[in-house]
Order: sequence, then structure tokens, then C-alpha cells
Amino acid sequence: MASTLAAGLSPVREVLANGVTVIVQESSATPAVSINATFEGGSLYDPEPLPGVAYLTSRVIDRGTRNKSADAIAEDLDKRGVALRVTTTRHSMTLLSTCLAEDFDDVLDLMSDLARDATFPEDELAKRRIESITVLRQDEDNTSLRATEAVSELLYGSTHPYGRPGKGTIDSLERSDRNTLVQFYVTHIRPAVLTLAIVGDVRASGTIERARNLLGNWDGPSERPIVVPPPGGAGRRRVREIRMPGKSQTDIAYGFTTISRLDPRFYAYWMLNNILGQFGLGGRVADNIRERQGMAYYAFSAFNANIGESPLVVHAGVDPHNVDRAIEAIDAEVRDLGEHGPTAKEMAESRAYLIGSIPRLFESNESIAAFLQDCERFDLGLDYDRRLPERLEAVTIEEVRAAAADVLDPERAVIAIAGPCDSARGRAA
Amino acid sequence: MDSMHLPATTSVEPVALADYLPNGLKVVVQEVHTSPIVSVWCWYRVGSGDEVPGQTGVSHWVEHMNFKGTVNIPREEMKGIVERFGGMWNGYTWIDQTTYLETAGRAALDQMLFIEAERMAYGLFEPAECESERTVIISELQGGDNDPDQLLETEVTATAFRAHPYGHPTIGWLDDLRTMTRDDLYGHYRRFYIPNNATLVVVGDVDASEVMRRAEKHFASIPEGPVPDRIRVTEPMQLGERRVVIEREGTTGYVKAVFQAPAATDADFFPMLVLDAVLTGAKGVNLWSSFRGLPPQRKARLYTALVDRGLASTVSGAILPTIQPYLYTLSFTAIDGVSLDEVEGAALEEIERVRRSGVEPSELARAQHQLRARLVFDNDSVTNIAHQLGYFETVGGAGFLSSLQQQIRAVTSEQIHDAARRRLAPANRTVGWFRPLGRS
Repeated sequence: MASTLAAGLSPVREVLANGVTVIVQESSATPAVSINATFEGGSLYDPEPLPGVAYLTSRVIDRGTRNKSADAIAEDLDKRGVALRVTTTRHSMTLLSTCLAEDFDDVLDLMSDLARDATFPEDELAKRRIESITVLRQDEDNTSLRATEAVSELLYGSTHPYGRPGKGTIDSLERSDRNTLVQFYVTHIRPAVLTLAIVGDVRASGTIERARNLLGNWDGPSERPIVVPPPGGAGRRRVREIRMPGKSQTDIAYGFTTISRLDPRFYAYWMLNNILGQFGLGGRVADNIRERQGMAYYAFSAFNANIGESPLVVHAGVDPHNVDRAIEAIDAEVRDLGEHGPTAKEMAESRAYLIGSIPRLFESNESIAAFLQDCERFDLGLDYDRRLPERLEAVTIEEVRAAAADVLDPERAVIAIAGPCDSARGRAA
Repeated sequence: MDSMHLPATTSVEPVALADYLPNGLKVVVQEVHTSPIVSVWCWYRVGSGDEVPGQTGVSHWVEHMNFKGTVNIPREEMKGIVERFGGMWNGYTWIDQTTYLETAGRAALDQMLFIEAERMAYGLFEPAECESERTVIISELQGGDNDPDQLLETEVTATAFRAHPYGHPTIGWLDDLRTMTRDDLYGHYRRFYIPNNATLVVVGDVDASEVMRRAEKHFASIPEGPVPDRIRVTEPMQLGERRVVIEREGTTGYVKAVFQAPAATDADFFPMLVLDAVLTGAKGVNLWSSFRGLPPQRKARLYTALVDRGLASTVSGAILPTIQPYLYTLSFTAIDGVSLDEVEGAALEEIERVRRSGVEPSELARAQHQLRARLVFDNDSVTNIAHQLGYFETVGGAGFLSSLQQQIRAVTSEQIHDAARRRLAPANRTVGWFRPLGRS
């Protein structure tokens, strides 16, 4: 059933009989349209011995269908000035595109074709596999990524879907053949787990009708997404050092596991993260490491909440000689916030910032589409943009203090250090 | 929270209002009422191209210091002014310009203008803060050096220029960052941060005449100053190919080929811009949008010649509007196991082909359409509209932005062929390799 809002965002949503959810937000600010087709089919669903299958599938899904060769798809995209992006996260695979309004029908047709009839030609798979291996080799040389991946593995364990490498390994990519990808595709790229968000210079009714015509007769299994198991690795302080000779700077990732996005305490954790490592240049962490001690260009924390118990990670890039000082600074801020909670001033500032920043989420068609995807994924409702301020207003200092006390304990932190020299001072895990 | 009003009418080509305050500050305002937010940018005509040896990086360091407190905004209160309205703020420095921005709810307009007026005239540059920021910037430089592609770009750019200050990195050379003094910073600040060397851009849910009044309130008392001379150096003609090879620990090989390029107002600029779209796919035309998202490039010549043939995993090109002649940069990431020789050879073969035979009419039409689409996509938010207005005002002058579509449409195959033949000649290029140690 379609629904509309009188003020704020006014998306129209319809669920087709086969489970495809279509959400359309009209906006003619520019004569362009953003299409975001998200499937609950990310690396979480990689077959057990082959991490990286979702990622490799995403690299080949747009390289040939029953109706179009890779070359014809390339021509279709390039002649319209459209860059199709296919991204994967732990949970989802997303086909993203922004096109001129005049090209919308054709681009939506193409995206539907990719979702339904991709053929995964062997020659294209071979090219994208070696490209993906090159990406893995680049990642091996990236201090920030190495530290972040290591902290995820320490927090969750190497076989947990949040702990294993999302892009896989060279070995797993080499062992993933066409049949593996096709099996993943037919199992996980299916109508029941597709949310199609379309934002821009279109009319909602006609767009939903078009989506129905393209996708309404698509059959597929209707199972719901799998459950994320609890973390397997957290509990005590551990430090892992990754030596990367030749690098100039060391990256530190310092993390904890927290709660699910679906937990009612989410808003308290969101504010906690803002105070710890977001507000201004990077919250308390940046105040200490960057502003007071001049040690880093970036120091911040990230709280990427999703269905499972999600990570909260402090990141900093520092001179290799300052690693100990930087970790001591993070320890101090984590300990203080964990033991005493935030101040009333911090609460007021953070609350005002988060509420005031909501309109910026809707600056562009792409960002609106991403917001609508979150609304759908976490069952937040089509009026979430108007209810969100109330949710943030309702968070109390006691709730944030409780969240801090639950999570922020340096004795339970796991720390990964990736840089040029023998800079870690803890015991290797 | 203010409600959103997403218009259901056909969009109209936006019109910006521009005027000067008596002290010479140019104010550009564009009303966009799609969302209850405003983006304020203050642009200064100073960048790393205005720096002399020994003081490289001074413009960027000055930018950092303008987040460290002013006479009327104590350092600890700098953070929080815009955030209370849900705003974000930032700044950047490049070769021709330094700019600061805030995007926040429309209720914050006065605060945003206040911050920018303070930055223009009342920066403190406390010695202790300058020292603290020295190590922050060195950390920023080291972070960049961790990326082999960025490291190669720095070396190739420095090799491509013999005389022009565009050759040194915007962040500066490490030794200069270690030795510059607070007085160097403050002198640079006072010289360039005057109203008649700046442009204030305001875009969003505002009334243009009201913005003009408020701009006058905040900026009118700041005295104008002598307009600083900008360094004008003509880079000597390059007489032969130059090469640089970096060998360091790493996992992946990178190749770059850069060519001396035309300035934004040169007749060759738009033919080269369209040529780049043929070779590597169209990007946004300004600095910020140029690296936002991937270009449509699967039919682009260098993509088909290198990525489709399994030699490179990525191909990119960059030609940006600059005041003086800068560089056209082509970058390639070598596929694991492919030699850098092969990557370079395939790229230069395509370059020679376009020099020999020019481009097909279908390629020209595709490239022009891609660029037209990109210009539409670049207007997708008030922040990006404001950036475009300020960027092109600073490097191309009034009217440059509004002429882009027409200039792109007017490019002919003959102009592209002629520009390619001259501009992409071997003697005009510098080639760089990053060769990971232990690999061929």
C-alpha cells in the first residue's frame, strides 16, 4: 500500500507481491535521479570456506546478462554519462547509479536486467578476479585498513562474519569459480531481500508502476536474512602489531564490541560515540591527541551499528614514535568517559549537533536514498526523519553514562597497530 | 527541526546574485530553497602557487591556524559554534586558492558569517598553537607518504616543473615545515587575508538581499589592503621526456604520465578536457567533484586498452581548471604480476594513436554528453553548488562557470586532434613509476 507524508520527506513505498520493496522520493532540485538497489546479500552470506564471494560477485554482476554483452552494457552506461557502482558491505550488496532524468527509464531497465539475468562470463570473471587480487594487494599496503581489519578480527574472531576479511583472501578469490558466483547470485540476489530506493526528478506513481513491470514477475526464495552470531573474541585487552617497513606513519585502531542497531539503547550509544570521537574535529579523542598534544592529523571514533553486535573503534594516525603516547591518550579518554560519563555541556552540544545535522542528510538525492534504505533495513518507518529529533531529545545523561560504563573500559579494549617499526608495546595476540 | 520542501516543479537554472562591499569583498549569493540549510564559503586568492622556496606549505599551515581561535572566538569555543546548529565545517588549500566552508541550518547564517569575518581579520596565531600545529601537519604529510600513489604524484609533479611553484606539494616540503616560524605564517596571513582578495559565497535557504545586509554587518569594517602580487613564473619549455622511479617497500606498482597542460582560460583547455573524457571518462570539472565517484569510463580508450586487456586495475585522468598552466595527469595501477614497462607501453601507445588520428565523432559526442551530465550532477547539493561558484570565480573569474556547458559543446574533433598532437608530445611529458621492492 502506498503512503505519503504531508511534511518533511514524503516517500512513497510499495511492496510488490514477490517481496520487492520500492520507495520513491520525488525531488526536482536537479534534473537527475539516483537509484539505490540494495539486496541483503553481503559478505555475511559468503560460503564458509570462501570469504570474498559476495565481493567478487559484485565485481562481475554488471559484466554481461542474457540480454546484453559486457560491451553493450558499457556502451549503455557510458553514452549516458552514468557510472554504475556495485558495493558490498557485511550485510548488503548495492547497485548505485545517478543519471539524468531523461535517461532514468533506460538505466532502471539495465539495473533490473543485471539483478535478474547476469551471466558471469568466464572471461570477465578472470579479469575481475585479478583486479580484485590487485585490490587485496593494495589493501595489504594500507596501514589504516590493516589496523582496522586486525581489530575486527580480534574483536569477533577470524571466522565470524564481522571478523573475517570482507573482500576475501587471494586464495579464496582464486578458488571461487563461475559456479560459486552463480550459486551466490541465484541464492542471495533475489526479490524478497531487495529494497529499491529512487530519489529525484521522477513521479512516484509512474516509477512504482515501472518497477512493478520490470520486477513484479521475478520469482525467488523468500527466506529472511540470517542471524549474526555473537562476537567470539572480545573480553580482555589485547594488542596486535603489524610491521609494515617503509611506512612513514603508524595507524592505531582501538575497539570494542557494542550493541545492535535494533537495540533501543542505540541512540545513547550514538551520542556516546559523538562525544568520544566525533564532535568538532573528533570529540574528546581529537581534543586530546590532535588539539592538545599535536600528535595526529586524524583521531576519531566510528560506530557503525548494524544488525549484529557492532564495533565502536577509535582510529588515529600518528608518528611511529608517538604510538605509546597516543594509546595512553585514548586509554585516558576512554577510562574517563567510561567511569564518569559525559558532562551536561557535552550532552547538550552533542544533542544539538545531531538533531541540527538531520537536514544535511538530505542534501543530495544519493544521501536521501541511503537514508531511506536505512529506514527500511531497520524498520524505522517512513516518517523517521520527523521522529528522529524526538528520539535524540529523549536520550538522558544517565543512559549515555550507562552505555559508557558498559563498553568503555581500557582493560577490555583490543588494539591493532600498523606501521613501520617495532612500535607496539603490548603483547602480541 | 525545520521541515523539508522538496519542490515538485521543473528545476530552473539557478541565478547567483553578486555584488561588492565598499572594501572590495565580492559577495555571491544563490537562493536554493530545497532544504532548510545554508552553505557559506570564503575563498582567498592564495595557494601553494604563491609560495617561495623555504616557505612551501605556508598557505596550508595558515589555513590550519584559522581553526585555532581569533580575537573574538577563543580557541576552545571555535568548536561548537556551527555544531550547535548541526553544521559541518572544513577548509582546503590548493595551488591557486584557500577556502573555508560551513554548511548548517539556516538559523546559523549569522554565526557562519561571523566566523568567516573573524578568520579574515582577527586570527591569533598564538606561538604555542603554531608549534602544536606544526606536528599535526607533519603527521598529515606522513599519512600521505604512506600512500604510494600519492607519493608518486608528489615526485612526478616536482619533476615536471623546473621553475614554477606549482611544482611543490601544497602541504609543503618536510624541511620547510620543520623550520618555518610563527612570523612566517602571520606575515603570509596578513598579506593575503584582506577583503579585496576574497570572495564570499552563500548558497541555500536564504533571502539574497538579507545575506548582502548581513555580509555588510560582519565584513564592512575590515579594511581593504594592497592587493598582493601573485607569483608569475613562466615554466621553461620542456625539451624532452623526464622520468622518475621510486623504489620502496610496497605491494603494488603504479605508473603516471603527466603532460604540461593549458590554464583554464587557454583556448586548449576545453579541447583537452573533452579529450580526457575520451581517454579516461568524464569527471566533475572542479577540484572537489573531480574525484567524487567513479567516471563513466568502460568505453574510454585507456580503460579498454589497459583494464580490459588485464594490464591495469584502475585508470584515471585529471585536468583541472587552474590560473596558470598546470598538468594533465594520467594514472595507472598495475595488475598484480604485470610489469610497469607493459603498463607504460600500452598507455603511451594509446596516446600516440590519439595524436596520430584524433578522436571519432561518436567518441566526441559521448564525451560531451558525459560532461554535460556531470555538470548537472555537480549541482546536487547546496554545498557543492557553493563550491562550484567559488572555485570558478577564483580560477576563471566571473562568468566562467556559466560558460562551461557552451564551451564544452563547442569543442570540435579538429581542436582535440590539434591539442593532442601538441600537448601530448613525448617531449612534453614526465613519466613516473612506483616499483615495489622485490618486484619487476
